[in-house]
Amino acid sequence: MNKIFEVPLYRYERSADQDASVPVRHPVVVIGAGPIGLAAAIDLAQSDIPVVILDDNDKVSFGSRAICFAKRPLEILDRLGCGHEMVEKGVEWDVGKVFFDDREVYRFDLLPEDGHEFPAFINLQQYYFEEYLVNRVRELQGQGAPIEIRGKNRVEAIGSHDDHVRLEIETPEGPYTMEADWLIACDGAGSPTRRMLGLDFVGRVFEDNFLIADVIMEANFPSERWFWFDPPFNKGQSALLHKQPDDVWRIDFQLGWDIDKDEELKPENIDRRLKAMLGEDVQYELEWSSIYTFQCRRMEKFRHGRVLFAGDAAHQVSPFGARGANSGLQDTDNLIWKLKLVMEGKAPEALLETYDSERIHGADENILNSTRSTDFITPKSEMSRILRDAVLDLSEHYDFARPLVNSGRLSVPCTYDGSPLNSADALEGGPSRTRPGSPCPDVPLGDDYLLPQLANRFTLLTIDADAPDEFEEDGIKVERLALSVTDDKTLALKQRYLGTADSAVYLIRPDQHVAARRDIWNETLFRAALRRATAKE
Amino acid sequence: MSELNLTPNIDGADDFYAELLAAHEPLSKEDSDALNARLILVLANHIGDRGVLSAAIEAAKPKA
Repeated sequence: MNKIFEVPLYRYERSADQDASVPVRHPVVVIGAGPIGLAAAIDLAQSDIPVVILDDNDKVSFGSRAICFAKRPLEILDRLGCGHEMVEKGVEWDVGKVFFDDREVYRFDLLPEDGHEFPAFINLQQYYFEEYLVNRVRELQGQGAPIEIRGKNRVEAIGSHDDHVRLEIETPEGPYTMEADWLIACDGAGSPTRRMLGLDFVGRVFEDNFLIADVIMEANFPSERWFWFDPPFNKGQSALLHKQPDDVWRIDFQLGWDIDKDEELKPENIDRRLKAMLGEDVQYELEWSSIYTFQCRRMEKFRHGRVLFAGDAAHQVSPFGARGANSGLQDTDNLIWKLKLVMEGKAPEALLETYDSERIHGADENILNSTRSTDFITPKSEMSRILRDAVLDLSEHYDFARPLVNSGRLSVPCTYDGSPLNSADALEGGPSRTRPGSPCPDVPLGDDYLLPQLANRFTLLTIDADAPDEFEEDGIKVERLALSVTDDKTLALKQRYLGTADSAVYLIRPDQHVAARRDIWNETLFRAALRRATAKE
Repeated sequence: MSELNLTPNIDGADDFYAELLAAHEPLSKEDSDALNARLILVLANHIGDRGVLSAAIEAAKPKA
């Protein structure tokens, strides 16, 4: 049977644009049908904004690649109409074990908080992730939504103008030209768009290689994340074992810098490594193998006029902490509602500048965390290794050393502290986790959950407070969601949104981040907060 | 006399660790060793309590 990543999912088809006498202008073109490009396009199509996705291939990504998806991206995918499929297929996990040399030094439990619709993490092969997004595109097309994927359409040149971009595209049937009011580049770490526009991508290169071996085996290991520092089967290096659906296991071997890649990728050499790790009698089938090196870097700006960069095209991190695809989805989550308001003439272009500032804040946080993990996993001096090994030794015996062990600080959503879109916090006694700039934490509401009710528009969330059922400011409508602490018997609503306050009114953005909050409704102040949240003051 | 605290007690543990590595980064191995020695003595003086210092030395000794 063919694997899903061997089957064309969006074959090349001739488009009417290729026969047009003058280039056809589209409102939005997305380059790249990977996880981020597909998410961006679905978000636009759900708002009835016509979008064309161009990809130089016609299949989902080859091999499992990104496998670890965190709660916040799953919540974003739920807003895009395909979060539940991911969770049903994915493998949930909470427990991790850390090994040093030949011994287990400790185990940890992520202890996910109760009262959230989505789990802390799932493992799912990137090809399934992309397949479900493509399925969602097909579903939207069935409903008449204006979204199109063009396979085998490779962008060869980009002309950047004040109010549009011009694209020269190569296809199996020859070239054509089209135009876009806005271009979203989601074409990965090696972004051809970035290169064609001559834009920088600065950062730090890590001198190391990692071998990924994804193997299919019926093993009795639990659904846990196992990480080895300096194990007997990979002396002086590290290793990782993590479960994916369909009995596929991700095994990662650190190789060091000075290696022969072709030699390491030979099946007999991978076999030797796997047997040293899992025992001589291990039975497996090798699904995919790859050697990767990585860098931590980002573009200086993610917006260049009418071209917006998202995902790995804009920023690249080490894989430790699952911050690649997870942060890319937070990029489009941040971008699309802003772009939509600007396109509709309801907000100034200045709003798009805050895509830059908010997501650069997020990218810097991810780069800092993943760089520190990498420095711990790959000590770059003798003293750095001595300190690292001391932490691991102590962690076997003493709790205090465990927070210092860093095999990846797992992705958590970014809080946009200091964003110009935030109004000053005016809820005395309100919890820190829901201060302006924060992503809204989920809360159970009987059989339902809070987050689906906050999606895709500005919402005025009132908890035991009066307010009008809706209000409109300068073309933007805000609808009220009226709740009481008694709506949630678990008291999560009170703990997460009220703290010690008796009542609260929250203004929540379409991407479910808090824009403003105070104890009671105040028309003048909330109208000002809405203007601020849309870059109008 | 207070007891040696062996539970997590550093706010922003990752920040602390990064600062410690950064202090060592420009140094030769010899100078790094000397930095560690000075750091131990500075911290020991801050702790002061003789019982706690003895317990800390015990805790840091290699385990059999």
